[in-house]
Amino acid sequence: MATFVFLYFAAVIVMAASLVVLVRNPIYSALSLLVMFFHVAGLYVTLHAEFLAAIQIIVYAGAILVLYLFVVMLLNVKREEQFNRQGPVALFLGVVLLTEAVLLTVSRGFTVGAPEPGREGAAVGNTESIGEVLYSTYLFPFEIASLILLVAMIGAVILSKKGIMESK
Amino acid sequence: MMIPLADLVTILPELIVVSAACLLLVLDPITPSNKKDLLAWMSVATLGVCFVVTAGSMGDRVFAFSDLVVVDGYASFWKLLLYVVSAMTILLSIGYLKEERIDLAEFYGFVLLSLTGMMIMVSGADLLVIYLGIELMSISLYIMAGFKRFEAKSIESSAKYFILGAFSSGLLLYGISLIFGATGSTRLVEIAAAVDARGLDDSMILIALMLVIVGFGFKVAAVPFHMWTPDVYQGAPTSVTAFMAVASKAASFGAFLRVMLEGFGGMKPNWSGLILGVCILTLILGNLVAIVQTNVKRMLAYSSIAHAGYALIGLVVAGWVGTEAGVSAKGVSSMMLYLAVYSFMTLGAFSIVAILRRGGEEGEDLDDFTGLAKRHKGAAFLMLLFMVSLAGIPPTAGFIGKFYLFMAAVNAGLTWLAVVGLIFAAVSAFYYLRVVMVMYMREPSPDQEGETRLALSPTAFVVLALAAAGVILFGLYPWPLVSLTATAALP
Repeated sequence: MATFVFLYFAAVIVMAASLVVLVRNPIYSALSLLVMFFHVAGLYVTLHAEFLAAIQIIVYAGAILVLYLFVVMLLNVKREEQFNRQGPVALFLGVVLLTEAVLLTVSRGFTVGAPEPGREGAAVGNTESIGEVLYSTYLFPFEIASLILLVAMIGAVILSKKGIMESK
Repeated sequence: MMIPLADLVTILPELIVVSAACLLLVLDPITPSNKKDLLAWMSVATLGVCFVVTAGSMGDRVFAFSDLVVVDGYASFWKLLLYVVSAMTILLSIGYLKEERIDLAEFYGFVLLSLTGMMIMVSGADLLVIYLGIELMSISLYIMAGFKRFEAKSIESSAKYFILGAFSSGLLLYGISLIFGATGSTRLVEIAAAVDARGLDDSMILIALMLVIVGFGFKVAAVPFHMWTPDVYQGAPTSVTAFMAVASKAASFGAFLRVMLEGFGGMKPNWSGLILGVCILTLILGNLVAIVQTNVKRMLAYSSIAHAGYALIGLVVAGWVGTEAGVSAKGVSSMMLYLAVYSFMTLGAFSIVAILRRGGEEGEDLDDFTGLAKRHKGAAFLMLLFMVSLAGIPPTAGFIGKFYLFMAAVNAGLTWLAVVGLIFAAVSAFYYLRVVMVMYMREPSPDQEGETRLALSPTAFVVLALAAAGVILFGLYPWPLVSLTATAALP
């Protein structure tokens, strides 16, 4: 059963992801992206990462994708020009890299390190234990992430606000 | 939950810089516009305080925040260098930003925040922390590159840097996630233990290692991950270019070296050959393409690529199989020395480009340097000094840096690599000395539209004096720096 569910999600993810880049109409691209996000979230649920699944839907499907759609609709992209001419080169390199990865995997085997033992995950619930770790062990990276958001915010103001340069 | 006080004391310099940056951003709107220079001076003073704090605690190796952060001599060395470089950038910017009419005090805030990212990078003991440090540094730099937002070149520089930078961050992050999958941790110490336990042939770690090298290769602008460098360096405001070429490169090398030696130290046979290839490619391409450049800023961009190639020699020596511990530590320390002297000479050269102006624009074309010695003797002489040093001719610091690097390579049995480096140093002399030739041997052409002039502010003068002093002093009397890098090097 678990294998079947995984195969379903994996197949849909691969198909939807290919559609994102293959479909000509950007709106359809964005919508296939939405399908893909939902199935990735489903994959997280099967891995018992409920928190990640929720975040995946709220942040990616909810916020980021809506942003994409807004941009696509505002810019009203109709042209179907192709700017890139690297198709053959990319295909060649892609095939080479894929063969390399497959060969490496087949010849050496692909072992996954022992995950950290289940710890409180089962007892206190997923979200709670993430919060616990985030505010204790990983407090420092968490604070850096907040600094990054601060920089991005000020940067957006500096680069887009009208009249701050001219007023000098 | 309480944060232990000891942890906060360990990251005191970072806290000071962040607080100063936030204070600056708050003070900016309430400072009258004729007193904005005070904010720049405040930033410089902050860096002075940090310098004293870091120098005072140098030497001991302390972990903090559940072993995610490490402060040791190695991290302190890079931090000291970064303070100096950032302070020089700020001093250079005071006059330059006014000249370019982009004198926003937020600029100094971004310098400080970017510096915070760099400090986090060099003292990160965990890949996650190092990654976040890189992001903090890069995002600040993307914004600073686009500061001349009414100029298409600057916007192009910012956008290119952002898109390619985000892409390379993605690769680095992919590598980190594979490492986490393979070893169950992102801490360098635990990665090293897992690498030892699982041996060299684990394909997942190998792929991850490759991705990490690509990610860092982008940040230090090594060939073949250098494509962004010329356009970004040329389009960004010159003081930002200097900051990117010097500070971000030094910090990236600092973090790169720590990750390779402390995290993947057990896999030296796997990566030293790879780095060797990147190093040679970088030397060849950086130096050869620099020859055909007619824009000095672009030429300096390729020169900074080439110098990344020289610095990588240090990493190759540190990772070369069969070298004794003493020799590989020499590789590390000579690379640190090289980047330190590189900082002074490159900052100096970019400062000259920043203050040389024709009409309302920067004099960044080689033509603008024609006959400079006739009109501005001092500036021409300083440019001569920096060019000679970049080419690695004694008695300048550039020679000392190359000398120690090549010596380290010879000691490790890589004599041929030292010879390759030497050949390309000779090639590089061609394009550096061409600038000198143009300045001294040619008459200023009469049909030049608009005379070039020097926009030399007192603070820019201080920067030039510091850079020149560094180039001469470390060229004639390098021992303090040599012994400092020797004690601070990672084993």
